Amino acid sequence: MSNSERPNQLFRNLNAKIASIPMVLTALVVFVGGTAWTVLYSFTNSKLLPRLNFVGLDQYYRLWATPRWLISIENLLIYGVISLVFSLVIGFVLAALLDQKIRFEDTFRTIFLYPFALSFIVTGLVWQWLLNPDFGIQRVVRDLGWTSFSFDPLYNSSIVIYGISIAALWQGTGLIMCLMLAGLRGIDEDIWKAARVDGIPMWKTYLFIVIPMMRPVFITTLVIIAAGIVKVYDLVVAQTSGGPGIASEVPAKYVYDYMFFAQNLGQGFAASTMMLLSVMIVIVPWAYLEFGGRRRG
Amino acid sequence: MRYKFLTAAFAATVALNFAGPAAATDLEVTHWWTSGGEAAAVAELAKAFDATGNHWVDGAIAGSGGTARPIMISRITGGDPMGATQFNHGRQAEELVQAGLMRDLTDIATKDKWTEIVRPKSLLDSCTIDGKIYCVPVNIHSWQWLWLSNEAFQKAGLPVPKDWNEFVADAPALEKAGIIPLAVGGQAWQASGAFDVLMAATGGTDTFLKVYKDKDAAFAAGPEIAKVFKAADDARKMAKNTNVQDWNQATNLVITGKAAGQIMGDWAQGEFQVAGKTAGKDYTCLPGLGLNEVIATGGDAFYFPLLKDEAKTKAQAVLAETLLDPKTQVAFNLKKGSLPVRGDVDLNAANDCMKKGLAILAKGAVMPWTDQLLSQDSQKQKEDLFSEFFAKPDMTVEEAQKRFAAIIASAD
Repeated sequence: MSNSERPNQLFRNLNAKIASIPMVLTALVVFVGGTAWTVLYSFTNSKLLPRLNFVGLDQYYRLWATPRWLISIENLLIYGVISLVFSLVIGFVLAALLDQKIRFEDTFRTIFLYPFALSFIVTGLVWQWLLNPDFGIQRVVRDLGWTSFSFDPLYNSSIVIYGISIAALWQGTGLIMCLMLAGLRGIDEDIWKAARVDGIPMWKTYLFIVIPMMRPVFITTLVIIAAGIVKVYDLVVAQTSGGPGIASEVPAKYVYDYMFFAQNLGQGFAASTMMLLSVMIVIVPWAYLEFGGRRRG
Repeated sequence: MRYKFLTAAFAATVALNFAGPAAATDLEVTHWWTSGGEAAAVAELAKAFDATGNHWVDGAIAGSGGTARPIMISRITGGDPMGATQFNHGRQAEELVQAGLMRDLTDIATKDKWTEIVRPKSLLDSCTIDGKIYCVPVNIHSWQWLWLSNEAFQKAGLPVPKDWNEFVADAPALEKAGIIPLAVGGQAWQASGAFDVLMAATGGTDTFLKVYKDKDAAFAAGPEIAKVFKAADDARKMAKNTNVQDWNQATNLVITGKAAGQIMGDWAQGEFQVAGKTAGKDYTCLPGLGLNEVIATGGDAFYFPLLKDEAKTKAQAVLAETLLDPKTQVAFNLKKGSLPVRGDVDLNAANDCMKKGLAILAKGAVMPWTDQLLSQDSQKQKEDLFSEFFAKPDMTVEEAQKRFAAIIASAD
């Protein structure tokens, strides 16, 4: 863009700009304003009602000394690594398989994407039943004759978070597959031809040529998955409500429980500020890479 | 635009209201009584209130107190108060009162002499903040009951135990017969409540008060409480095969004889009644686990948010009087399975277990419960600890006690 057009910039597309004022205001007041308010009150000892009675970092000290919060963080890390790695890998492999110009591609795509149409609550309930030892997979296998078979991840404290991850993967992988498929379709056909002429095996072409070319798609996918990880809440509520004991608690549930059940807003705000911080750690480098990079280029 | 439309709509409804008969005032009452027996009990309250010429608008919120309270509180703090709302009397609404959002009922209370009719007196004390009365207690629910399935003990070839210690001794034989000795559901408040009951029963009332009322952290870390944790450890071992979540599912295990016993409040009685079981024949109830026959005076109460509308304010006063009316008290509490808040009513229709409770109440053997003594914040921390303790067999008693003492030290 040349500089001579600058003065007109403000008034170009005036209608569109006026139309977007409500959204700009919403973003400023609700998102930025609400965030600032939350961070501010996380330094107070607000209980049921917000009060400006500052106690410094007390809420944060308490937060990091609470076993339940530590378990929540640990669960989030495990859940995060699993959903990040597996949804990327499975999503990409499915997309690559679908990209082989197979028959009934539309049908398969629909089947794989279908779980994404379900909410986390429904997904959670379905998998709660499937993983229930008395009616689910364990029961079916035992009825088939393998009576010592045991598969009850939701009732075992040490593996419950993996049981939850299974449901999350089932629900979310379809979307990742579609994004990847779109990325694969964006690769020029000539590149494949050139690779074939050079006699490069297919898996090598994918790994060393296609995937590096799909960098923007991967980054977008990464952000979508990461945002989904941090805010996971309804899936846990529907599957285990944090149990057995507190073995499958997650940070978002801690925030909700302490704000509304325990009537301790300060503690809930401190926890949500920590969550915001972790989102920032993901978003800021991404924004820098995406937008900063483009401007330079 | 939308705002204007809403205003117009409101104006229209207001105009319509004035056009209608002036005497009948609609009063919205929110509560979380949604199970079969509870809904029948609420219907009694609504009937009594409608009989005064007003209209009870039922605002039931499903999903138990934990779900309902945040909704009620946000409506009151958000400037859209209902006519009246249920809370457990004690400290749940404390801050709402302090913020001046609740109506002071002292004048009605003095006029109707509540201090004389409400029994035990501690009920009214939990409604009183800074010398003013803010709520109407409607019933007494106590936690300290052990419900035993006679059928389960018969199957294991044992006599029905008379107290907690005998019950613990029976556990191996019950397990051998394929029966879960103790049913504890997965919801956090169940484990936490069972621990409090064990403390009141095995430690005694003074121990209980020293921990929860005086919040003596050194005492909570001491040998007296270590004994309570030992009992909780027994309970944990006895409950390890319970694979249910909700309290009524756990009660159902006892009703069907799959589990031998359950520590649960007297609201469990409604489940036995619905299942057509008879107290004494099919099931046995031991108040105070048979060790310390004292009952806690928790329960439900109605609070009245401060309203601007004069007609509704008047209707609130009528509702407050209706709730304490002897006839309403009897009708409501019989359906609810709880004890009435006044001693001068006749409860002939009460069953065996309720009569046991009434007798203890008449003796004056009552104590306050954690709803009255601890803030919701401390309660939640306690729930987190005990749900972990009951679900994690490798968590040691010492570690749990150390964390318990830390919660008591910071409790308010």
